Amino acid sequence: MTYLSPLIGLGLAVIAGSIMFTFLGKPPLAALYAYFIEPISELWSVHELLIKAAPLILMGAGLCVCYLSNNWNIGAEGQMVIGGMAGSILPVMFPEVVGPFLLPAMIIMGTLGGMAYAAIPALLKTKFKTNEILTSLMLVYIAQLFLDWTIRGPWRNPEGLNFPETRRFDAAARIPEMMPMDGRANWGFVIAIVVAIAIWVLMSRTMKGFQVKVIGASPRAARFAGFDDKKMVFFAFLIAGATAGLAGIIEVSGATGQMLPTISPGYGFTAIIVAFLGRLNPIGAIVAGLVLALTFLGGENAQVVLGVPDKAARVFQGLILFFVLACDTLILYKVRLAFGAAAPAKGGA
Amino acid sequence: MKKLVMGLAGAATLALAMAGSAQAADKTKVCFMHVGPITDGGWTQAHHQGMEEMAAHFGDKVETAYVENVPEGPQATAVIERLARQKCALIFTTSFGFMDPTLEVAAKFPDVKFEHATGYKTAANVTSYNSRFYEGRYILGQIAAKVSKTGVAGYIASFPIPEVVQGINSFVLGAQTVNPDFKLKVVWVNTWHDAGKEADAAKVLIDQGVDILTQHTDSTAPIQVASERGVYAFGQALDMIEAGPETQLTAIIDSWGAYYTKRVQAVMDGTWESQSTWDGLVDGILTMAPYTNMPDDVKAMAEATEAAIIAGELHPFTGPINKQDGTPWLADGEVAEDGPLLGMNFYVEGVDDQLPQ
Repeated sequence: MTYLSPLIGLGLAVIAGSIMFTFLGKPPLAALYAYFIEPISELWSVHELLIKAAPLILMGAGLCVCYLSNNWNIGAEGQMVIGGMAGSILPVMFPEVVGPFLLPAMIIMGTLGGMAYAAIPALLKTKFKTNEILTSLMLVYIAQLFLDWTIRGPWRNPEGLNFPETRRFDAAARIPEMMPMDGRANWGFVIAIVVAIAIWVLMSRTMKGFQVKVIGASPRAARFAGFDDKKMVFFAFLIAGATAGLAGIIEVSGATGQMLPTISPGYGFTAIIVAFLGRLNPIGAIVAGLVLALTFLGGENAQVVLGVPDKAARVFQGLILFFVLACDTLILYKVRLAFGAAAPAKGGA
Repeated sequence: MKKLVMGLAGAATLALAMAGSAQAADKTKVCFMHVGPITDGGWTQAHHQGMEEMAAHFGDKVETAYVENVPEGPQATAVIERLARQKCALIFTTSFGFMDPTLEVAAKFPDVKFEHATGYKTAANVTSYNSRFYEGRYILGQIAAKVSKTGVAGYIASFPIPEVVQGINSFVLGAQTVNPDFKLKVVWVNTWHDAGKEADAAKVLIDQGVDILTQHTDSTAPIQVASERGVYAFGQALDMIEAGPETQLTAIIDSWGAYYTKRVQAVMDGTWESQSTWDGLVDGILTMAPYTNMPDDVKAMAEATEAAIIAGELHPFTGPINKQDGTPWLADGEVAEDGPLLGMNFYVEGVDDQLPQ
């Protein structure tokens, strides 16, 4: 049943979406075709799918470790931004530095940047017992505004006539495209898959992965077993921060080729959905990341092909997520209507 | 179940493929990418109206498509590439920040024609088109100085790129012809289209004592705030009179329809060539909305200025003009050339603001 629930959710979303498209005066079948099938029916479009899926998969897989160990890191978006910035230091500030070491250095710096930024909520949680949901979320806004200020100020392109953007990266600073003849997808997607599989191995085949799950399921039992839950907080945040930082520099160096005041349309927040849609399994995150990327692309395609307004395309994306996640949750509960006095709560999660 | 789904999908594919081939026969596909929604009441809507005008002119001979609300970021490249892949013959990208993405994609699709609005870079298959908005802003400045009681106007500005700086300077120069001490306050909202931020900026400016608002952003929010607070304002990109019937003095109207029709015709005739155009009031790409809510003498002055610009007797950037810090820029009678205007990154005297650099 649990494996069927996403399909039920998708079915319900399709029905609701068809009603919406009918009201908009668009043929529902054509709309669904534009949404789900056309984006993967041509090679170039599959490339676009991989570009969009890469950051979602990376961060979704990293967040699995956080959520399984009860560390509610909501700040992947900010960690991605800082990762992108840290990775861009070389091509923006030292554009004359080019060489074969440049790209690896950028990727490492980006990853470290994301880790460093994720360490802040971990530190606050272990030292001061602050709520990591709040701190990690607030740090997103700090990161976004810091990026905005940097691009408008010190990093502004000297040839850009005051437009907020950095100089464009040298070819040596860009992650190469896998098949430039067919589309824009770069090796970042392969990195994302490798990292997701590595995290899966870590979680399912190693002692560390076992510790993560025990600490998440029962902190008390974990303490009796001698697992250090403070170290675990850092471990989880650093893994998630590393994936987010990596996603940031892959997006900047691969897809964009320069830093802009916003580098992500909310990938870090969507990755939270990816992690849960993938049932907190890194392999599941790969599938969920591809599905969510498809809904982004489908929305774009429906605009071009059918003239569906941008907002309607996004409403449909919201419908899909709503139904799939609602099915996921409700399918595990027995829904009972209680009339009169509220029935005493039984059981729970 | 699975079979049914496959069957449905198959049928849909076939139906669409047939519809597609029937359409594609001899139609020219013209596509647009916009930074805001086509219902913004301003910039993007003006481009969309231009597209509709062009489509109405050609009827069955063209097919149009557009994508709205595309941020000036990584997605822009993806969307332009999508349009190029989906057989658009001519693609218009209508925001300054789409310039580099347009060039990047254009390099990969030499057979597709691209036109980028309000930028400065071109390529063999990329044209740059622009409008001399500053001509209209000079007239706005004159009206503002006549109508304002406080002698201070407020300017809601987007990004400190030359086009926006030009507009600010032209507005001030126009105002100074009426009142040499006229002052201008500027708020940078760092967005083209965000009704909330634009409204906040309008409120801040009114609180600081300005009694006339003008904007280089795309929504009608500033005019609505102005009408609530009882100050005057100017429309931008479209006639915004409905947003403030008692508030709008006039508006600079962008009329892209004729240009779009001309360029699509060129593609059909096979005569399309890369170019760089910068048309103004005289070409009709820019028009002024009716002069309303002002005394007759102000209206007469505005009409006279408009006529003088169209006749080529008046250029807003004619010396003597000093830069903000008092150093001379243009000598008496000297007219600015297009080059320096297109790279303008300084204020003229009288602007009460620090240009973000």
